[in-house]
Amino acid sequence: MDKLLNEFSVGLFFWQILLFVGLLLLLRKFAWKPILDAVNEREDNIKNALEGAERAKQEMLNLQADNEKILKEARAERDALLKDAREMKDNIINQAKEEAQIQANKLMEQTKVAIQNEKAKAISDMKKQMGELSVAIAEKVVKKELSDKEKQLQLVDQLLNEVTLN
Amino acid sequence: MLKRALHILTIITLFSISNLVAQEHHEEAKHETTSHQTENHSSEHNQHGEENLSLKDKIKKDIKHHLQDTHGFHITKGIEFPLPVILWDEGLHIFSSSKFHEGNGVVESNGKYYAISHGNGHIYRTDASGKIEHNEKGFETNKKPIDFSITKNVFMIMITGLLMFLLFSGLAKSYSKNGGIAKGPGRFLEPIILYIRDDIAIPNIGEKHYKKYMPYLLTIFFFIWFLNLFGLTPLGVNVTGNIAITVALALLTYLITTFTAKKDYWKHIFWMPGVPVLLRPFLALIELLGTIIKPFALTIRLYANMFAGHVVLMSIIGLIFLYKNLVGGGLSFLLAFALSLLELLVAALQAYIFTMLSALYFGAAVEEHEHEEAH
Repeated sequence: MDKLLNEFSVGLFFWQILLFVGLLLLLRKFAWKPILDAVNEREDNIKNALEGAERAKQEMLNLQADNEKILKEARAERDALLKDAREMKDNIINQAKEEAQIQANKLMEQTKVAIQNEKAKAISDMKKQMGELSVAIAEKVVKKELSDKEKQLQLVDQLLNEVTLN
Repeated sequence: MLKRALHILTIITLFSISNLVAQEHHEEAKHETTSHQTENHSSEHNQHGEENLSLKDKIKKDIKHHLQDTHGFHITKGIEFPLPVILWDEGLHIFSSSKFHEGNGVVESNGKYYAISHGNGHIYRTDASGKIEHNEKGFETNKKPIDFSITKNVFMIMITGLLMFLLFSGLAKSYSKNGGIAKGPGRFLEPIILYIRDDIAIPNIGEKHYKKYMPYLLTIFFFIWFLNLFGLTPLGVNVTGNIAITVALALLTYLITTFTAKKDYWKHIFWMPGVPVLLRPFLALIELLGTIIKPFALTIRLYANMFAGHVVLMSIIGLIFLYKNLVGGGLSFLLAFALSLLELLVAALQAYIFTMLSALYFGAAVEEHEHEEAH
């Protein structure tokens, strides 16, 4: 211990403290702080990059799942659309058929009415012509028969009977 | 488990080395006094002294010289860079360390005389003859000026500081230039920075508070590690094995612990919850003592490990020159080589332990006890 004290140099101690503290302060400002900051930043970057890669992977998986889902949905929609279209087509056809039926029925009805009308008209025409014809025949018959009185009366009676029968 | 084993190892080394060093010092001191008395006035004192020494004593002297902080950077025999000597002794004295090698090793400055003691390498005020008195324990009794010199260790601290600043500010800049990726020589140190953050700071201090301690932990780790590594180079510096350095470092850890401590920390020291009230004052005493022992242990652990490592390594290198034959020298060389590798590990290990324990103390200072009664 005595020897150590004898060897202890106050000046060297002074210089050591002074130089070391100076070195410490200089290095802290110009070396350790930037070095540690840079290293920390680099480590953060690496960490972030790894996390980003993991996230991207997850996102890709999600995206794939989404794609699958969308595809499935699209398929379902297509099927639904096709079904709808088929239904619509059937409906249209059925409607058209019905419409045609109705139209046809209506036409038929009109035709019937027209025929009826024409028939009635023809019948009345025929009656009229028959009347004229009858009158003409009667005239001729009458012209011929009027020479015989008895026959005349007989004819009138006969005609009258016929008319009331009709 | 590993930590405990390390602690035991450290204590064992500390004890064995301190014995050895004490003995060595005693002999050395005796030698110094005699040589001073006999050859005090010789003008070429150093060279003269060395010539009379045996090889073994020369090696011992070399090791001692190497372990000391010196004025002037000694590279090899005859090559030494002078460094400025700055003394405060009733006024400022500034001169070059090369002056100690002129004449009889005594420097005159503003009417006062100074000489370097060979005991601890410190500068003492002397008379014109450069005589240094010693007491019975072998310690110098001359007046000692406050020595603010840029010594070899201070110089190395500056170099290390500069190196660290260039290295790490370069690393910091490379991040913004290269989009968050480290480039340049600093990138080899990035894993160590991350290791200190993830395995020292966060587990010991906690996610919430670790950030404010990071600059200190990083600085202290690299500072100790780099200086330990410089100590293994042939430059022959021994900064982290110097008691003034380790005291300063441990003191900083202690101050930071004390001034950033939360209420819980003080509560657990002065009035330990969950303990019978009568026991609490005694516990407070022990805990208070503990706060001082902790930095003390930090000081001694680093000092002793580095000091001992240098002593053992240099002693074994010295053996190569003592044996002077192929077998002994070769074996010593292999041993020195193996030991150098071990010291390389120790250099990092001691830096790690100092940082780890600092983090542990900081962690205790900011710990928040949510379940008081659980103690």
